Amino acid sequence: MISHDHFRALFDPRGIVVAGASTHPGKFGFVALHNILACGYKGDVFATNRERAEVLGRPTFADLTEIPHGKADLVFVCTPAASNPEVLRQAASAGIKAAFIASAGYGESGKAGLQLQLELVELANELDMVVVGPNGQGLVSTPSSLCAQIVAPYPPSGSIGIASQSGNFVSSFMNLSRQSGVGISRAISVGNAAQVGILDMLEYFADDPQTSVGLVYVEGISDGREFADRLENVCRQIPVVILKGGASGLGARAAASHTGSLATDDRVFAGLCRQVGATRASSVAEAFDIAAAFATLPAPRGPRLAVVTTVGGWGVLAADAISTTSLKLVELPTDLHNTLDGLLPPRWSRNNPIDLAGGETKDTVPAVLDAVVGHEDIDATLILGMGIQSNQGRLEREGPFYPDHGLERIVAFHDRQDSRYAEVALAASVAADKPVLIASELAIGDPNNAAVAAVRSTGHYCFASAERAIVAMNSLYQRKVWLDSFGPPNDER
Amino acid sequence: MSRTLSESDSKDLLRKYGIPFLPEVLISQTDQLEAAIGGMTGPYAMKLCGRNISHKSERGLVRLGINGVDAVKHACQELLNAARPEDGATGVLVAPMATGLREFIAGVSVDPIFGPTIVFGVGGVLAEAIADVTVRLAPIRRHDAMDMLGSLRSRSILETFRGEPAVDLEALADLLCSLSDAAISIDGLESIDVNPVMIVNGAPVALDALVAFSATEGES
Repeated sequence: MISHDHFRALFDPRGIVVAGASTHPGKFGFVALHNILACGYKGDVFATNRERAEVLGRPTFADLTEIPHGKADLVFVCTPAASNPEVLRQAASAGIKAAFIASAGYGESGKAGLQLQLELVELANELDMVVVGPNGQGLVSTPSSLCAQIVAPYPPSGSIGIASQSGNFVSSFMNLSRQSGVGISRAISVGNAAQVGILDMLEYFADDPQTSVGLVYVEGISDGREFADRLENVCRQIPVVILKGGASGLGARAAASHTGSLATDDRVFAGLCRQVGATRASSVAEAFDIAAAFATLPAPRGPRLAVVTTVGGWGVLAADAISTTSLKLVELPTDLHNTLDGLLPPRWSRNNPIDLAGGETKDTVPAVLDAVVGHEDIDATLILGMGIQSNQGRLEREGPFYPDHGLERIVAFHDRQDSRYAEVALAASVAADKPVLIASELAIGDPNNAAVAAVRSTGHYCFASAERAIVAMNSLYQRKVWLDSFGPPNDER
Repeated sequence: MSRTLSESDSKDLLRKYGIPFLPEVLISQTDQLEAAIGGMTGPYAMKLCGRNISHKSERGLVRLGINGVDAVKHACQELLNAARPEDGATGVLVAPMATGLREFIAGVSVDPIFGPTIVFGVGGVLAEAIADVTVRLAPIRRHDAMDMLGSLRSRSILETFRGEPAVDLEALADLLCSLSDAAISIDGLESIDVNPVMIVNGAPVALDALVAFSATEGES
């Protein structure tokens, strides 16, 4: 039986052994050791090499029998498949409870490999070890500063837990984490998922205090009913965002009836996700947007959204995007309308989206954001147009007239203002315990923009467009509706 | 090969789970007709009924809006004459004519990976082109049934529509929950088709049904 102790050994090991460390910088056995050492893992690091060759300036052991007992909990296996049964036996003797098998040559390689894989699982069960993989790219666990993987990057720490049937999607999500600053708790590629798979990881994440949201990539599903039941249990505890590939791989549908022939496999999966409370995403970017929203924003109490924009056009597109969701672009309550009248010049939009019409002065934006976010009839706020001032500041700073003609002073002012707006917006979010979403293509176009940088420094996520923020916000609201459908909340985290 | 029930037997089976069918009579001889339809007001919808009959419309085995005893008798005889030996025809179903602008399809389909699923979508002649269908795994909760209705791209047709009142969503959700009960209770089920579900004065009415069992199982 695989228990939480096994997963603790996997994600928070006291020490780690790289089996099959290599002196060749192009080999997995080199890269794995390099990444573990380079990213600051605090526990003991051991390595084995048949010739006892020094790797990265460190001595190695010939095999795992030389590893002191009880010093390591995890072995990262880069040795050839044929050697691995012996590696596992020796690891178990050294008190190791978890193995990540990066080695290929198993189920993915044909019939003989599949046999080896079945034997590997049997052996792991016999040794009371958890074995992840084989044919996986590794794992990351930021609470332990652990980067035990043969790929990059090492992401910032945070509360998103990633589990993937494809190692490259782990990298994809972590690249977006590094770009946005919204961090990762655990990330793992389950490879061939011989002994443990995506759902085992999700079930661990649900109980893991370091993880607040699951982000998964799945392809094949064999036992659909068990998948649905276990996923629902996880979703009762934490939000789960799913990216699914190979929708046609679910097998041919018996299409004897009219309705049957209309319902394609992908609709079954889409329906199942809604039913069990998981959020289905349609792309890597959308999946990360939604996971980042769950990780950084409080749950909304309702669908009533206010849009605050410095320019009309963005508000129009945002309104279009909202109309395709369950969110409501509410009429402004009279008292809020009156408050805004007192803060803004007469040309403001007098409607939601709240178009400030360039009427913002040094103090109006913070006052407007406080009034809107804090109003009892507004459940969430989307802010568009942040970073405009500092974007102009950048052009001036990089131009030929800087720092003369008063440019140095105004550029610094622009940067301070944009930082302040972002900080005020997110402080209002915390004070009101409501989601405030900030969207600007500068998130991608210029991550160093003062507004974008300020959002990042407060641990929040800058969405790359209003539409993407609205999709993520809708997912937050859908989850609330789903949780509410079970009656009063018990002890939701 | 799967085995199917006749329309009449399909409806009798599903009626137990609460699917809202119209009252109807199965006529096997035209001389029984006048007494049998005495309790119903015309005009009538008439269909040849047999356990091997599918694609009734395509074969011209459906007569709609038939008015008056003579016309009913005439249509009944024509339908009985059109029966082929392989149809397993048991008679002609006569029901009061239902009219409405909106049609939906509802059913159960067994997915090879996920097992029995509940299917609901927009029906009518454009159904396949529109392909506006939503699916959930059986059993469904009432919340899921309501969510299915809200998941349709064409959900605006559930509101007031060209002079017809808004659809009774609770009743439509009841129908889906009834199908879910049937899906998990009937042994050896391969599929259920309730098509069309017509909206008559805002209420869903199931006008046709086909229950199929997988090759080796099922009630007889």
